[in-house]
Amino acid sequence: MPKDGGPNGGIGASTTRREDVRFLSGTGNYTDDINIRGQAYVHFLRSDVAHGRLNKVDTSEAAKMPGVVRIFTGADFEGIGGLPCGWCVTDKHGQPMQEPAHPVLAQGKVRHVGDPIAAVVAETPEQARDAAEMIELDIEELPAVIDMKAALEDGAPKVHDDLTSNLCYDWGFVEENKDAVAKAFDEAAHVTTLELRNQRLVANPMEPRVAIGDFNRATGDHTLYTTSQNPHVIRLLMGAFVLGIPEHKLRVVAPDVGGGFGTKIFHYAEEAFCTFAAKAVNRPVKWTSSRSEAFISDAHGRDHVTTIQLALDKDNNFTALRTDTHANMGAYLSTFAPSVPTWLHGTLMAGNYKTPLIYVNVKAVFTNTVPVDAYRGAGRPEATFQLERVIDKAARELGVDPVELRRQNFITEFPYATPVAVEYDTGDYHGTMDVLESMIDRAGFDARRKESEARGKLRGLGVNCYIEACGIAPSNLVGQLGARAGLYESATVRVNATGGIVVMTGSHSHGQGHETTFPQVIAEMIGIDASMVEIEHGDTDKAPMGMGTYGSRSIAVGGSAMVRAAEKVINKAKKIAAHLLEASEADIELADGQFSVAGTDKAVAWGDVCLAAYVPHNYPLEEIEPGLEETAFYDPANFTYPSGAYACEVEVDPDTGKVEILSFAAADDFGNIINPMIVDGQVHGGIGQGIGQALLESCVYDEDGQLLSASYMDYAMPRASDVPFYAVDHSSQTPCTHNPLGVKGCGEAGAIGSPPAIVNAVVDALRSGGHDIYHVDMPVSPSRVWAAMQG
Amino acid sequence: MYEFEFVRPGSVAEAIKALGEDEAQPLSGGQTLIPTLKQRLAMPSKLVSLTGIAEMQGITASGDGVSVGGATCHADVAADGTIPALSALAGGIGDPAVRNRGTIGGSLANNDPAACYPAAALGLGATIKTNKREIAADDYFVGLFETALDEGEIVTAVTFPKPEAANYQKFEQPASRFALVGVFVAKTGGGVRVAVTGASEGGVFRWSAAEEALAKDFSASALDGMAPDADGMMSDLHGTAAYRAHLVGVLTRRAVAAC
Repeated sequence: MPKDGGPNGGIGASTTRREDVRFLSGTGNYTDDINIRGQAYVHFLRSDVAHGRLNKVDTSEAAKMPGVVRIFTGADFEGIGGLPCGWCVTDKHGQPMQEPAHPVLAQGKVRHVGDPIAAVVAETPEQARDAAEMIELDIEELPAVIDMKAALEDGAPKVHDDLTSNLCYDWGFVEENKDAVAKAFDEAAHVTTLELRNQRLVANPMEPRVAIGDFNRATGDHTLYTTSQNPHVIRLLMGAFVLGIPEHKLRVVAPDVGGGFGTKIFHYAEEAFCTFAAKAVNRPVKWTSSRSEAFISDAHGRDHVTTIQLALDKDNNFTALRTDTHANMGAYLSTFAPSVPTWLHGTLMAGNYKTPLIYVNVKAVFTNTVPVDAYRGAGRPEATFQLERVIDKAARELGVDPVELRRQNFITEFPYATPVAVEYDTGDYHGTMDVLESMIDRAGFDARRKESEARGKLRGLGVNCYIEACGIAPSNLVGQLGARAGLYESATVRVNATGGIVVMTGSHSHGQGHETTFPQVIAEMIGIDASMVEIEHGDTDKAPMGMGTYGSRSIAVGGSAMVRAAEKVINKAKKIAAHLLEASEADIELADGQFSVAGTDKAVAWGDVCLAAYVPHNYPLEEIEPGLEETAFYDPANFTYPSGAYACEVEVDPDTGKVEILSFAAADDFGNIINPMIVDGQVHGGIGQGIGQALLESCVYDEDGQLLSASYMDYAMPRASDVPFYAVDHSSQTPCTHNPLGVKGCGEAGAIGSPPAIVNAVVDALRSGGHDIYHVDMPVSPSRVWAAMQG
Repeated sequence: MYEFEFVRPGSVAEAIKALGEDEAQPLSGGQTLIPTLKQRLAMPSKLVSLTGIAEMQGITASGDGVSVGGATCHADVAADGTIPALSALAGGIGDPAVRNRGTIGGSLANNDPAACYPAAALGLGATIKTNKREIAADDYFVGLFETALDEGEIVTAVTFPKPEAANYQKFEQPASRFALVGVFVAKTGGGVRVAVTGASEGGVFRWSAAEEALAKDFSASALDGMAPDADGMMSDLHGTAAYRAHLVGVLTRRAVAAC
């Protein structure tokens, strides 16, 4: 396929994003913009203690407050399903993980600050809040467990009384390799060990979560409007497992969604509550999260504590890797939480390197904190950070060039089966590193460092690689790994009588630009202008089924489903064209929006074929049905494996410890690219979030389980002045071998690849100043850097 | 927010009268009070806006200094330039939205321990004028969120004497961008003044040891190796007491060098 986009704005065109017209002009339709006649408002009364026994929830006085419609407590949800977990991890002994109940409203105990206890439905949001303050609570406060290692000690308070301990699972991967890995370490010429923390983050999408439940008494139909990355998944989880509503009586709509970053994948209590309450009070019920509420109710991300060890032989070849991680689950299992530190993390530990032996141990732990689940990259940033940091430390210990040590150990032959159960289809790690090196003038670094030193600053250069598994995921494989869902995608391509096309996709767009890029693919396939194609998404009544948008899967899986459906449409259109042209179907060619008979000047336009399908006067009715609409489901044969090499230069102020990022270069291999400008934007945003994690963001609890970083006064988000202009290059392209577009996905790369580059650079800078430092935990804040320099 | 009455008087006298009622509270730029109300952490019966009072607005320069009306917003002070260090400080508070709403009187009455204006007022030896009296900056700042103001007393103006040289150095807390530590150094006819915000558990303070050293030798090197005692410094997510004490030394030297 051509890569310049062509005159129609096809594949390879940097078309500006059509959705930006409404987003930038304030005319988007977000969930909070939806107001239904007669709607009431809900306010959740949330626990302000981390752990406690609910002795009494007395709503009698609150119920008398003005405007109160009804007050709900945990008792109203007895006998109703709790929030389900979508992935069951099997531990190293072959046993299923410990899986606690997750009630919609707290029953018996509260387990984290923010745990919802009661919900007041009232005429106005203010009245709901006023009444919630009148609810009388008797909470017997219990000792909280916050630190993961303390939570696993004998006699630690239990988050869930009915579980045997706070250990969700103890996972070994690959357990059979454990002894061989230990032997390789015994025989190693050099072992590098690094302890680190991948800190807890709050996703902070610009749009807080919103849910509106609506119930039609006449038809018995439920509708939920929600800020979700995957409305079909919410319909399935909430309908089948929580409220017992069959899917044909439940519609879930996720309209314009203002960023997700993972935290809007999951099924939340507020969604189930609004759907349930709308029927119970026979009115639409709306909840809009405040930013403060988001900090204590949106699933958090990361929060791993890790010890990683790398074994090398005398020639600096990697011979084995061993890593031991404690992963925080929080107080309950969020929808996909168990999969993040295991199958999205352990399987990536080979990175870009041919390390023959790898063993990964992960202990998932319950604590009295907000549940933790996928956040941009989900497991893969944690894998990349520890691997790339330990390689960097090894290079410094051995006195070898960090780039050369990586190159020496690169995987060079594909397909490559890793010792951690995945098979990389394509990649060119040397080629991608060559691109990076061409971008960063390494030869000139020493001169730049001297110039910084002349100004009293310490300059550092950090380089790293990454690989990620995207295009999630082959259903039969993930089923074996514990997923309770398939991870295909579906699309319907509906051609209208006059040739315009609507694609209904299960992929949800909340910043990715699908409304622009998906039409580019159709335009390319048919040779019509991209403006003739519209994308519909985010409504379970429109697309047939959808597994949603996460794991950089939209174009690789959702796009492939669309291609398959479009191929069916084109095949049928060729039959119609053959009839109209009185030719053999085998001789029909489609190009530039026109069907022609090979070797002749006989042709019929795309629009005329479409019209014939809907006005079938001259039509092969005995062979094919009228109409032109096809659906396809696509289940990927493998993950995709985007990879890249990143570099960062920083300057550290030795007086204050402040780190400034001077430059950042990203060389990525995303395979084929649909819209280079949008890919640039995705990488920019990902690096921005990576800079946030590396330098600024940190979600911190005190020992009693109170959230100290509970607002933007203390939780530092990256701002424009914190990030440099990025140099981004994705000319290194090894197309994916197993999907029709040869695409790999680009949404998470920046967030995965950037934190180690930044920390590597800071360590490089500090060591140049004579500080014997191998690691500084993230966020690499001024106070941490200064403390590290004090020794 | 809880419900409250709202009045916007046109004179100081009317404002003082309105503030005489129970549970009435003055509202200036609202950059602290409005978020507090949204969190339902305050429940005033009446808010008395001070932003409609003409006599509390604006900046008047005289030969030896500048007088800033209590309800003057930071952006106006930033644009003034009579005392460059004062204008630079005002231009570094918050973001444009904050600077166009927040006022000098509101900031000084609130006396947030990490706010910038207290450092300028104390560093320049300002006089805080209220509806009742004039208070020297040295007597005005009492402690964390505490001032010499009585109940119902409002800051109507602040007068700053023009220094021979002055500079403010702010090291931002990464999240809020308040001062993790801020140091205002002024060389005046009456001596050298060094005012520190953001650092101390007691709020803004004068670092007298540095003042004495600088009085003898007004140069950064006069402070080599000096830092205040870490005892009594704040310690939180963003910096330990030891780090803050260290930064006071660094920033004071930088401010002197920039004077």
